Amino acid sequence: MININEVLETNKMIEKQNLDVRTITLGINLLDCSDTDVNVVAENIYNKITTVAKDLVATGKDLEKEFGIPIVNKRISITPISLVGAAACKCPEDYVVLAKALDRAAKTVGVNFIGGYSALVAKGMTKSDEYLIRSIPQAMKETELICSSVNVGSTKTGINMDAVKLLGEIILETADLTKENDSIGCAKLVVLCNAPDDNPFMAGAFHGVTEADAIINVGVSGPGVVKSALESVKGADFGTLCETVKKTAFKITRVGQLVANEASKRLGIPFGIIDLSLAPTPAIGDSIAEIFEVMGLERAGAPGTTAALAMLNDQVKKGGVMASSYVGGLSGAFIPVSEDQGMIDAVVDGALTLEKLEAMTCVCSVGLDMIAIPGDTKATTISGIIADEMAIGMVNQKTTAVRLIPVIGKKVGETVEFGGLLGYAPIMPVNQFSSADFINRGGRIPAPIHSFKN
Amino acid sequence: MKKTIITVVGKDSVGIIAKVCTYLSENKVNILDISQTIVQGYFNMMMIADLENAAKDFSAVSDDLDKIGEEIGCIIKIQREDIFDKMHRL
Repeated sequence: MININEVLETNKMIEKQNLDVRTITLGINLLDCSDTDVNVVAENIYNKITTVAKDLVATGKDLEKEFGIPIVNKRISITPISLVGAAACKCPEDYVVLAKALDRAAKTVGVNFIGGYSALVAKGMTKSDEYLIRSIPQAMKETELICSSVNVGSTKTGINMDAVKLLGEIILETADLTKENDSIGCAKLVVLCNAPDDNPFMAGAFHGVTEADAIINVGVSGPGVVKSALESVKGADFGTLCETVKKTAFKITRVGQLVANEASKRLGIPFGIIDLSLAPTPAIGDSIAEIFEVMGLERAGAPGTTAALAMLNDQVKKGGVMASSYVGGLSGAFIPVSEDQGMIDAVVDGALTLEKLEAMTCVCSVGLDMIAIPGDTKATTISGIIADEMAIGMVNQKTTAVRLIPVIGKKVGETVEFGGLLGYAPIMPVNQFSSADFINRGGRIPAPIHSFKN
Repeated sequence: MKKTIITVVGKDSVGIIAKVCTYLSENKVNILDISQTIVQGYFNMMMIADLENAAKDFSAVSDDLDKIGEEIGCIIKIQREDIFDKMHRL
């Protein structure tokens, strides 16, 4: 039988160390909503989402109450909309009609975000993909709850540099259209390489075409719990450090699996995967950077940070896979700048630079995430940063992503406030040398040699 | 059996257990086990209870316990046992 110390330990994790289930994400297939009339597609989409997801938020709240653990987000991911709207949308404006329908549906069912305003263009863009990408700035301006992502590369196909070039421009345009709100549109737009089909985390979540009609994916969290566990093994060697992370990750993931199973049972929708990512929040103590500090680095970004992150990421997975029947999504530590107080401090103190962050993304799942840069950064420079990050993903056969926010009207040294889970960020300096001639070449970068495994 | 864990945390004072147990017995909640400890001067009590034949559903019991907690200056939580079981048992 459970004893009082175990109960107190669990509740301490929840109350003092910010243990939570970060998200229950309901993936919904929208391919059957297709039509040649854009208004019919919009209506079909609205109807399907509000039917399939009608009990999602209420079920999440019931589970929170019964288990006594916060479920921070209830979200929806959908089939990449460039596939759903292909037959109907003849111009970017048509896609904005669908964006508004999605936003309405999200508000009706009460979810925090809906992800999948997306296009998969790793090798080439269809006309429909291009219309969708070109509609992103307007869609981000006119909606609140939509997250957009574009997959521009993969290990199997290489990198679509035409898309990379276009997205540099699109990110700047999105920043400009949402400049009244500190260019927040860009916080909901991510460019990916090797994007997974079952990612529950925003902004990169979409419901891949390899998935069932509807599926429950769950993202766990708990940097605070890992940090607190590591505080108890101060000065111990790496073996002990790793064991501690593994055990903690196991416990956290078991809770995620429990919530996922219950949600799946109650909603009558199959369980997909648990995403093992450690996801920080702006709350003090709920930080990846603070884990590095407990490990013995003065600040995130100090020499040794990449090794620390590699180890952390690996141990979280090793502990987590034992606790879950199916693991998927991104499953790796997140290192967003604005959403992690320790990262923000490291940037302000000059310990952490864009280049160090890039190096860190070689060993963890995401990429350059929630990084505010000056609003006058050139589109080709943004494309250059994207290309670098995509190359890391392509060559290392892993997911990488770029979520940069060029904040219009702000310069290095100023800060920008996004609010809520998105946090705030200091504007970081960007390398001033030009990438224009490289980016303007167009075409694609071929797949790397080690992708030819057949 | 619908096993749940009820925890009461707060400053120690007369009648905490009595108050909670009275409420549970009035609502036909069977108590299977009680243990308590003092951590850093705070009173910690844990009960394992069965809500199978309870007069009210989980949510109503949870709301009532919240209120009782406010009255006696303690934090009372009720959680399904599964979360502890999954975290601490293979």
